[in-house]
Amino acid sequence: MSSPLAGRRTRRPGWIADQVFRWALLLALGIGVITLATLLCTVVAAGWPRLNPDLIAHMPSIRFPERAGAQSAITGTLWVIGCTALVALPTGILAALYLEEFARPTSRFQRLVDVSIQNLAAVPSIVYGILGLAVFVRALALGQSIAAAALTLALLVLPIIIITTREALRAVPRGIREGSLALGATEWQTAYRQTLPAALPGIATGVILAISRAAGEAAPLLLIGAVGFIAFNPDGLLSGYTTLPIQVYDWTKDSRAEFSSLAAAAIVLLLILLLALNVTASWIRSRARRRW
Amino acid sequence: MSTAEFENTDVAVQELEQAIASPTLVQERPLEMQAEDVSVWFGKRKVLEGVSIDFPKNTVTALIGPSGCGKSTFIRTLNRLHELIPSAAIAGTIRYEGKDIYAPEVDPVHIRLAIGMVFQKPNPFPSMTIRGNVLSGLKLSGMKRSDHDQIVEQTLTAAGLWNEVKDRLNHAAGDLSGGQQQRLVIARALAVNPHVLLMDEPCSALDPASTLKIEETIRELAKEITIVIVTHNMQQAVRVADNTAFFLAAEGEPGHVVEQGATTEIFGNPKDQRTLDYVNGRFG
Ligand SMILES: Nc1ncnc2c1ncn2[C@@H]1O[C@H](COP(=O)(O)OP(=O)(O)O)[C@@H](O)[C@H]1O
Ligand SMILES: [Mg+2]
Repeated sequence: MSSPLAGRRTRRPGWIADQVFRWALLLALGIGVITLATLLCTVVAAGWPRLNPDLIAHMPSIRFPERAGAQSAITGTLWVIGCTALVALPTGILAALYLEEFARPTSRFQRLVDVSIQNLAAVPSIVYGILGLAVFVRALALGQSIAAAALTLALLVLPIIIITTREALRAVPRGIREGSLALGATEWQTAYRQTLPAALPGIATGVILAISRAAGEAAPLLLIGAVGFIAFNPDGLLSGYTTLPIQVYDWTKDSRAEFSSLAAAAIVLLLILLLALNVTASWIRSRARRRW
Repeated sequence: MSTAEFENTDVAVQELEQAIASPTLVQERPLEMQAEDVSVWFGKRKVLEGVSIDFPKNTVTALIGPSGCGKSTFIRTLNRLHELIPSAAIAGTIRYEGKDIYAPEVDPVHIRLAIGMVFQKPNPFPSMTIRGNVLSGLKLSGMKRSDHDQIVEQTLTAAGLWNEVKDRLNHAAGDLSGGQQQRLVIARALAVNPHVLLMDEPCSALDPASTLKIEETIRELAKEITIVIVTHNMQQAVRVADNTAFFLAAEGEPGHVVEQGATTEIFGNPKDQRTLDYVNGRFG
């Protein structure tokens, strides 16, 4: 090994490669940051005139774009996302718990399930829209309701929730499980008293990211018949609805200038919502220091 | 390892030799546990063959031998933790208080309550406080006891940790040092009043000071319960164990017990050349 001082006078053989690599990384980072900044500035600038309390306080209006707001889309988004979470969280977490803690990893059935879930996570969201249309809207006759939207989005995020939850569970050291079993806990007690709580920060992070994905989806909802113009707040599971992405899509279709700046303002709103969810996720992640 | 510890060891050896002046005494104690002709497989691979060891009441038995010879596997058959590995199979008999613990009518949960275990890596429950960890076994078993404070103090004292944590019982267990965590885990195991404590290399991740503390704890505990300890540390076996069993696995062969008996015999007067080589650090 060469003396550590040698590097100060003569350049190490790998020096050029190091520098090239370093600048390539910085460039890649720069492209990402600049794109994001440009996007944000453009949208905020375009939406600026409409970024006022009216956006939240008013309902959308076709005839009076200057007075229109996005209230029904905001409440609709909250309803849909809330219901999606209510369906997808317990189902996804329990499924992951079963797959990770109870199923025998060697069985052929288990391997089939593994592969299917991986594939489902990669299926384009519009395909879930087709599924939702066939099953929830038509077969279960839920029509264009919050319930149909929430169930469709729940299917969409289920594989993501299962995969991230399984990863979080897998990160819990085996010693924790063995410690619990050695104390006379059953496998079920071990799973829900020790493994699950220990994995909770990781699960929460994954779940929030999955939910924020659902909140930003427009394609599957368009397919199951979400409409852009809804001038009332949802009042139940079978109520009609619109969501922010749908509202944005609807407004951008309109050629009037007021609507394009309204759409930009709604995009800012959506970005703030997603940003808040993501910040929460990383806050949870950073707060949960590794304890093992 | 420091010279200081070696000096300590010599003192400890002398003390031990005095303490076990009549090794036959240990052999005459009634049996707490007994392994008879135990063989173990992982899938098709046999990793242990024909292991028979007696564990008299209130004795410390050390299991020694090179890595991979099946010590952990064996100790995990003693509280039926072994069977949780999907591919694992076992033959032979393990008796606790005279009864076969693998008999169909036996609930493994009861076995694990009576036969506690401490692992190589300290594994306190990270989402619980120090106090919560100590009481976790009681809660699981549904034992209704009102004297929780007393149990916490008693077991932490027995594990040699009470003075260090008595002012922060409600702190997260993860904040403790490795040595403290291991003693916490011992306290947790003691809280359910086990009759046997299995320890799989409990000190291998710890500093010498914590190690000595835990060894003291083990000697103290042996007055009440029966202890089985896997260790890679020869001095430790000499310091704490009444009996020692030497495991060995030849290349590609299942592990077996080469020699067993009073610790003083195994270390002072081994019958088998391989035992002599191993205890003198010539391999493993
Ligand atoms: N879960 C397992 N699956 C398959 N083989 C295992 C498993 N655990 C241990 N073994 C094998 O059993 C043998 C004994 O291992 P172990 O009991 O851990 O040895 P020791 O504790 O003496 O170092 C080793 O060859 C090891 O590879
Ligand atoms: Mg081992």
